[in-house]
Parts: sequence; structure tokens; C-alpha cells
Amino acid sequence: MNNNPLLSIQNLKVHFKSFEGVVLAVDGVDLDIAPGEAVGLVGESGCGKSVTALSILRLLPKRSAQIGGSIIFAGRNLLEADEEELLNIRGNSVSMIFQEPMTSLNPVMTIGDQIAEALVLHQNFTWNNARRKAVEMLDQVQIPSPQSRSRDYPHSLSGGMRQRAMIAMALSCRPKLLLADEPTTALDVTIQAQIMDLMLRLKDKLNTAILLITHDLGLIAEMVSRVIVMYAGQVVEEAPVRELFKKPLHPYTRGLMGSVPKLGQKFIAGRKQLDEIKGIVPSLQRLPPGCRFNPRCPSVIGKCLEQTPAMVRIETQRRVRCWLAESVE
Amino acid sequence: MTDHPAKTAAAPESTGQEYGHWRIGLAKLLRNKAACFGAVVILIFILASFLAPVFYAKDPNAQDIRHALEPPSLQRPLGTDELGRSILMRIIYGGRISLAISISAVVLALLVGVPFGLISGYFGGKIDFIIQRVTDVMLSFPPFLLALALVSVLGVGLKNTIISVGIAGIPHTIRITRGCVLSIREQVYVEAARAVGTRDGVILFRHILPNVMVPIIVNATLFLGMAIIFAAGLGFLGVGVQPPAPEWGTMLGAGRSLLFAAPHVATFPGIAIFLVVLGFNLLGDGLRDALDPRLGYE
Amino acid sequence: MFQYIIRRLISTIPVLFGISLMLFFLLRALPGDPAQVIAGELATEKEVELIRNQLGLDRPVYVQYAKFLVRIVQFDLGTSTRTQYPVTKEIAPRLLNTVILALAATVLACLLGIPAGIIAAVKPYTTIDMVVTAMALFGMSMPAFWLGLMLIIIFSVKLKLLPVGGSGGAVYLILPAITLAAYLLASIARNTRSAMMEVLAQDYITTARSKGVRERMVIIRHALKNSFIPVITVIGLQFGSLLGGTVLTETVFAWPGLGRLLVSSILARDYPVIQGAILIFALLFVLTNLIVDMLYAYFDPRVRYD
Repeated sequence: MNNNPLLSIQNLKVHFKSFEGVVLAVDGVDLDIAPGEAVGLVGESGCGKSVTALSILRLLPKRSAQIGGSIIFAGRNLLEADEEELLNIRGNSVSMIFQEPMTSLNPVMTIGDQIAEALVLHQNFTWNNARRKAVEMLDQVQIPSPQSRSRDYPHSLSGGMRQRAMIAMALSCRPKLLLADEPTTALDVTIQAQIMDLMLRLKDKLNTAILLITHDLGLIAEMVSRVIVMYAGQVVEEAPVRELFKKPLHPYTRGLMGSVPKLGQKFIAGRKQLDEIKGIVPSLQRLPPGCRFNPRCPSVIGKCLEQTPAMVRIETQRRVRCWLAESVE
Repeated sequence: MTDHPAKTAAAPESTGQEYGHWRIGLAKLLRNKAACFGAVVILIFILASFLAPVFYAKDPNAQDIRHALEPPSLQRPLGTDELGRSILMRIIYGGRISLAISISAVVLALLVGVPFGLISGYFGGKIDFIIQRVTDVMLSFPPFLLALALVSVLGVGLKNTIISVGIAGIPHTIRITRGCVLSIREQVYVEAARAVGTRDGVILFRHILPNVMVPIIVNATLFLGMAIIFAAGLGFLGVGVQPPAPEWGTMLGAGRSLLFAAPHVATFPGIAIFLVVLGFNLLGDGLRDALDPRLGYE
Repeated sequence: MFQYIIRRLISTIPVLFGISLMLFFLLRALPGDPAQVIAGELATEKEVELIRNQLGLDRPVYVQYAKFLVRIVQFDLGTSTRTQYPVTKEIAPRLLNTVILALAATVLACLLGIPAGIIAAVKPYTTIDMVVTAMALFGMSMPAFWLGLMLIIIFSVKLKLLPVGGSGGAVYLILPAITLAAYLLASIARNTRSAMMEVLAQDYITTARSKGVRERMVIIRHALKNSFIPVITVIGLQFGSLLGGTVLTETVFAWPGLGRLLVSSILARDYPVIQGAILIFALLFVLTNLIVDMLYAYFDPRVRYD
């Protein structure tokens, strides 16, 4: 890995307390991001990817979530940082955008004010100056008539525009790292493409690293340079994006690739259905012994049922958690 | 496939699901300690009301001036009032009156309010408009004032108290029922039933009514408590149940002039009202939490 | 915003008509002869006949109603059968007293209820939350007039701190205001708490936190405005109960207000005053609902495009 990562997550574990007991939502995640790099975090709903991102900024509910491990950002372990440091980092050097622009914007505050808020907090702007800068930002994210729009309330904007506003809000202080949690999932497909373009362009311009969380493989292919695949709270594979698509190593990744319909894919005679991964994601409270994927794995061997595989390095940039992979060392 | 796929699809969604719905709700309710406490209080209230003549065979209105205004003692645990009557006994007998009033008033409000709400919500259009305007007007009177106005027209006494309090609860019942019907009406299974040709009356009865039950039950429980307070208020003012009947509010009214001499006369009936209404409120809240479909299944 | 106000005002008109209609028929609904009733029990045949003529009771119903409306608009509500003074004269000074009491109670309820609800919501399931929730529940289960009596016993009888009743200065306002405020306070605390808890669970609160907004600011700038709407709803809904409660509270404390007037005129069968008092109460309520709706639109911009 890169010698001086911007963000380095090591052995992250997140416990949640609930009525039914304690659940381990994230179990030993390692993840590095270099400055200016775009990394994708892929997995099904419930695999722990959102929780991982929320842990970085420590946005999980204090009462029910317990976080272990370390998250090093710019030399500081965020999990040990105190309140003031965190407040300083949020919205400033690390920002986050969320999935539902509809509910993630305050309905009774104008768009302009919501963008300006970060500037006032972190960059010592006055409210008037901040509002003016907010209009500039709205222009940068290509919202037409930014001046009048900045005085509008979120409900007068379309979904795509709201997401642009969120991006403007997140990038207003030129953060070094942007956490994007399913930013296009709630949008129309045509709008998705526009938003992705916008994000890429701004990323290059501001040299912001991006952690893109999604379940959409198509997005990953377009946006990021490296991919991390998660399953049931663990990282199961990591690879540069081209390699991942060309040669997925983990059976789960292979299953994901296979279940995406591709243009021009020939129909194999007699088979009209998409390949699917059999079975369902296990409940985190009733994980199978051994490798978590073994009930659904088409290549399962005896060892898989007994021991959970460790993460092995295959090539300099690839890691896999599977007994069937050969290690480099 | 079978003849009426839509019909079989509709029925389980609205009736089959309910039974499980009720059972889950009951389980949730029993786990809610506050609600159970409330239920126990009400049970005691009801039992005491029914069993009163069994244990306390004496006439609660019988006077005994020799023992007037005695503070609480072993013989008369809550003391006596200005005519020497045992306050404890009068409170227990008063419970019968309060029970009768609240149940009758709530039944009245439901019997009138629910059908109107159902019709108004389901059929919409002109009928809805008219019913809603009338409800608006009724709702522009503070409910207690509405009851008071009715009493001033109808006269005092137990029967008129019941009628006035009941009528005061009608507009609220109509509103709630209608609101619920409006949201259910748009559900797919109602459309499905219509598409198959089910008649309106049947739809109302079999599909809509069961689902409207939940908010109605919750509100009826809360209204039971409210009705007791309203009736007591009317009694306190002297325009409700008349003395010598031991209605709690009437007793409070009598105790008002005795605050300096014998504060216990005014204190205990009020505690009775408080406890019973608290019981209904706890139970009603518990029912709402337990049965509210929005909260989903545990 | 302006358009919204106009629209709301216009929609009040049919309701006002309805109220006048209801009151009109209230008097007519009495068993027996309205003229006799208004004239009182001691009037002679001739006097009753005179009144019947005066009131136009021999004319058809719609004419009577029209005359009734005309008189109302001219602020003529008839004459009290007890004091022979115009009803408006009886009502006016007392109306002011009732408004003072109602305002004092509302202010008190908001000043105590809203912070209590907020604190309970920000620290849920802790001791302070339990205390607030329990007290709110008690407040809603207590008959206000009994609370008033208890307060009198404690503060006037035993402690001799405050007067039993009557008016004549701020000190006389304290106990009645507390009594009247109790139910509303409890309602407000409960609803503020649940509204606040709902708001704090919303996505945009997470967004605000992710921007590095301090928790206190999150509550003040982001959460509060959003939770006000349910709170205002509750105030609007419960204000009716408050107005109804004035009747009882004023009676307990001998506060010279409209509620007490209403009670004494009911007991004395002074129907013109009864009618007038109820009309004023209804108008007050409609007015408050209007104000509440305006506040709604101010706090929630989405409502303005209704």
C-alpha cells in the first residue's frame, strides 16, 4: 500500500447494543485511502459499509454503538480524538454526503444557509460572505440561477438538484476526504450519470479523496481506482478496479459480477434467468461457523466450514479472504 | 388460476393479518408496565363499582349529622362529609355513577361519530363536505363548553350529563374515524375489492372497519377518562349530577366551601378521579403503542 | 404568505355562520316558549307578548335568523334577564379578565413545558426524562378544578401565602394561572418531547452533525424549528380545552371572568347572557386557531403552498 495514506482504518470493530443483545456489525475492517484517491466500498445492504463510513466521523449513536480499533487520519487517531477535534474535522477536512437528498436536508432552512453554515463554522466567514460563497458553490455544481436558488427551501428542488446542493455543502471547505454513502441510489438513472460526472470533476479539481460506498458495480467501474468488497461485516476482497472486474478472486465477488446483466451478453440456451448467489445474507446474530460465506459458496471445501479465513495478500495491490486463494508470501 | 384472485388476495391482507396483529399487540401491551398498572387500576375501579352493594349494603346517602365533618379515622377511613356520610363509601358508590356516565357517553359518541366518520371519509364528495362543515362548527366550540351549553338547554341530571358529554365527543370521533378511513381507502386491497365488484357496504364492514378499530379503540379509552373529568366538571359546577347522588364532581363542589374547615372532603373524591383517569390514560397510551401499525411488528 | 393568510381568513366565514346558526337554534331548542323564557318567570302575559313582538318571534324562522345576524354584527347581543344591562356590557370587562388569565396560563405552560420536553428528548430514558414524562401524565389526568382546590388548601389555608380567590392584582393571578396551565403544560411537554425525539432521529440531523455543528447548535438551529410545528399543533388543539377550563378555574378562584359569568347565568337561566358568552368563547377559539395556522405557515415553509 501507499506509504503515506490519508486515511488508514485498522481492525475496525463496531458493536451495536439492541433488545436482542450485542451485534458485531463491523468485524475487523482494514482500509487505506491515499490522498486524492477514489476508493469504492462495495457490498449488499447490511454488510457494514455505511457503518464503517459513519464510524470515521463518529456519527454513530453514542448510546448503542461501541467502536474498537483505530482510524488514523492525517496522523491523528480519530477514535481517540476529543469533541473539539472532531468538530473541527467534520465538514472541514472530512465531509460526508448521504443517500437520500430528500431527507438529508433540513426542510426549514434555505439551501444557501445550509451550505453557508459549514463556511461560517470552519473558515471564519461572516454569514453574509458565506451566503455569497454558497451561491458560487451552487454555480460550481451546475445549479441554474444559483442566486435565487440559494434562497429556496429543499422541497422546491428536484432530487438531482438536492444532491448537487449536498455536494456543494460537503465540498465547500475543500475537504481532503469525501465520504459518499450511496449518493446516487435514490436518483433517476439519467441523473446518476450527471452526478457522477460532477463528482469526478470536482474531485480532480480539488484533489479530494473519495470513499464511494455503493452496491452498484457499474458505478464502481466508472468512478474509482480501487475497490474493497465487504460481506457480513468483513472485508473479503480488495483490488484495483480493472483487475477486480477482469479476475474476481473471491466467490462472492464472482457471484456479484455474474448477477449483473450485461449488454450483448449471449443467452445460454435454455437459461433465461440471471445468475444469482443462492441463499440470503446471514443475520449478524446467527453467523455460520468458519467462513461467513460458506452456506452460499459454490466452491466451498471442508476447511471453510471450520475456520474463518484470514486476509491474504495475493499481489501488491490485491488481498483476499478465502481459503482457495494462494498467497504471495 | 382460481376465480377471484383479487378477492383472496384482499381478504388475508385485511382480516387474516389482523388476528396476528391483535395477538402481537396484546403481547406488547402486557410488556408495558405502565399500561398494565393502568389496566389494574381500572379493573379495581370496575370491580369496586359492581361489588359495592355486596360489601357496603348501607345507603351512601344516609345522613348521620352526629358524625359530620370528621377527619379520617379507623372507622371511617376517609372521614365524613358535612352530613356525616362516609366519604369512602360515597366514593365507591360514586364510582358506579362515573362508570355509567363514561361508558354511556363514549358509546353514544361512538354510535354517532363512527358511522358519520365512515360515510364522510369513504364516500367523499358532497356528503363529506356537509358533514365536515358541521363538524367544523361543532369543533369551534371548546368541548367542555359544548357540553355546558347542552346542559343549559337540556337541564341538569344524570341523563342529560351523559347526553351532553357524549355529544361533546362526537365531532372528535368523526374527525378521527374519517382521517383513518381516508388513509385506508387508498390502500390497494380496497381497490382490489372494488375491482372485483364488492359492494360498498361490504367493503366498509369487512375491510375498512377492522382497520379503523385501532385508533377508535385508543381514542375511546382516552375519552373514557375525559368523560369522567367532564362529568365531574359539570357536577362541580352544579349542573351535572345533582346531590345527594355521590358523583365525584358533585362531591368536590360541596367540598369547596369546606376547604378551611374540612379539607379532606374535597381532597379524596379528586384523588379518585385522578387515579381512574390516570388508569385510562396509561392504558390508552399503552394500547396506542402496542397496536399502532406504523410502529411495525417487534 | 400573504395569500395564505387571505385564504385562511376567507375559509373562516362559513364557520362563523355555522356558529351563529347553532347559537340561534340553541335558544329555540329550549322546551317551551322562548319569549316566556326570555321575559322571565315573573313577567305578565302582556310583557311576554311585547317581547315576542320585539324579538320578532312571530315571524318566520329565516327572518328571525336574519335579524339575529344583523343584531350580532351591530354588537347587540340582547339584554340580561337578571341585571337588565345589555349583554355586551356584562361581557366586555369580564372578557378582558378571562383573556388575561388565558394568556398568563398559556405563557406559563410554554415557558415550562417546552424546555421540559426538550430536555427530556435530548436525554431520553434517563431519570430526568422519567420525571418529566410522569409529571406530564399526572398533569393530564388531574381534573384542573381539583388541582385548584388542592393549591388553595396548600397555599392559602395551610401556608397562608396566597389569597383564596378574587382579583385585584398580580398576586391573585398566580394560583388560577397555574391551575389553568396544568393540563396545557403537560400536553406541551409530552408533545415537545415526542416531536423532538422524532426530529433528532431524522437524516438531516446526521447531516448537520457531519458538518461539524456543535450539538447544542444542532438542537437550536436544526432541530428546534422542525419540532415547533407539532408543538404549535398541540397548543392550537388544546387551547379549546384551556378556554373550557376557564369556566371551572374561574369558578374555583372567584376570578371575575367570562367563564364565571357563563356559569352563573346558566344557573340563573339568563339565556341572552348564556348565548352571548358562548358566542364570544367560540369566536375567541376561532381567532386562536387562525393565529395558530399563521404560526404554522411561518415555521414550516411547505405549508404555504397548501
